[in-house]
Amino acid sequence: MQIAVDAERCVGAGSCALTAAEVFDQDDADGTVVLLDDSPPSRLAGEVADAAVMCPSGAITVRRAR
Amino acid sequence: MTDADVLVAGIGAAGLTVAEVLRRKGFTGKLRLVGAESHPPYDRPPLSKEVLTGAWPPQRARLRDESRLAALEADWLLGRRAVRLDARRHRVWLDDGRELSYGTLVIATGVEPRRLPGQPELAGVSTFRTLDDAIRLRRELGVAEPDDGAAGVGTASRAAEDMAAGARSAARRVVIVGAGVLGCEIAAAATGLGHTVTLVEPGPVPMLRQLGAELGQRVADLHRDRGVALWPGVGVTDFLGTDRVEAVSLSDGTTIPADLVVVTAGAAPATDWLADSGLSLADGVECDASGRAAADVYAVGDVARWRCADGSRRLETRTNAGEQAMAVAAAILGEPPRPTPIPYFWSDQYDVKLQVFGVIGADAKLRVTEGSLAQDRFVAVSEADGVVTAAIGWNHPKGARLARAQVSG
Repeated sequence: MQIAVDAERCVGAGSCALTAAEVFDQDDADGTVVLLDDSPPSRLAGEVADAAVMCPSGAITVRRAR
Repeated sequence: MTDADVLVAGIGAAGLTVAEVLRRKGFTGKLRLVGAESHPPYDRPPLSKEVLTGAWPPQRARLRDESRLAALEADWLLGRRAVRLDARRHRVWLDDGRELSYGTLVIATGVEPRRLPGQPELAGVSTFRTLDDAIRLRRELGVAEPDDGAAGVGTASRAAEDMAAGARSAARRVVIVGAGVLGCEIAAAATGLGHTVTLVEPGPVPMLRQLGAELGQRVADLHRDRGVALWPGVGVTDFLGTDRVEAVSLSDGTTIPADLVVVTAGAAPATDWLADSGLSLADGVECDASGRAAADVYAVGDVARWRCADGSRRLETRTNAGEQAMAVAAAILGEPPRPTPIPYFWSDQYDVKLQVFGVIGADAKLRVTEGSLAQDRFVAVSEADGVVTAAIGWNHPKGARLARAQVSG
């Protein structure tokens, strides 16, 4: 699983960090997304997928390993 | 799994997310999505923020690009609305007369903006809900349309500056009726574009229902500091003008000249089409704690009233749309229910970012836990009877999220 975030799109809602705290964090100042782990272990796949769905700005892209 | 055929009525964030999560979890059945507007799915929070100010071109509010929509392998019925449901016979009728049968129906038709009693059809008077509403209003506020539909971020923000400069040369008098989240955000956007803004609110402070009295007063101060004329405790009693609005009359007898009036007086669930459906309707489609309204019928998002620990509630927030959509997709697929999440909304006004997790009571006591009011950056919790009911961030999004752990669910 490979993750990319687009901080330009991000509106700082923090939904990703709420949903998958081991993978996403927020910038201290404006709350925009900070990617902690761009290839997290598969046990987090469900959380990461939920985070991508919950992101209000579509700033998270998940590529599944083939 | 139920019959391998899901019909989703409404393609905002809630309806689209149900479809996406179903597919992601391996649903291979037929998926049909009915959208009343001709636009592909778009997000609402940016409409009164980035789209209205001109910082984003309108198409940037789209929720998913073409390739991701195509990947859903769904049938799209756009520019069509559902006009009737027979839940017993599993039938939905559309406004073009088509009759659709379904295995499972997801109701995601959202809300319709409320109009004021006696609100006339008068040029310059509008409500605000859709992308078209946002595009229309920003044009009235002097935001030019980008020449190129694919304008990038840099171009857009540059354009926003140009537009703000242009707007200043043609400042208009904008009256906003109702200082809820939407009214406050529109006031901030219009002020930022150089217009003269009056914000009329029947309650004592802006956003009282969402923020309580103390924080609502802080929002009042914020708007006044930026030059907004805030009129709390009054309503609009009349709209003056013949061809076009010229002024509004307030309940205290004042007349306020206006070039534009935006009515943001709340919204009502879009349930007219369900009147004879057999579903239970009471300020929204009544559902159990998993969003089930009847056999093979679910409701999600703004239109839905779900059971919760202390009765039932209907939330008009973006986060709720996503969370309920995930819960309904899980229910359709026969997965175990998820715990009820803590409500969350955010608002951007001027340069202030406001986050609220939980529910702030009208008379809640606020306790600052990080930063300070004087710094204009803080985290606070609201307390009632010694219980933390909400975590609040004022220019502190991350701190608010971390403080959420203290909130009783």
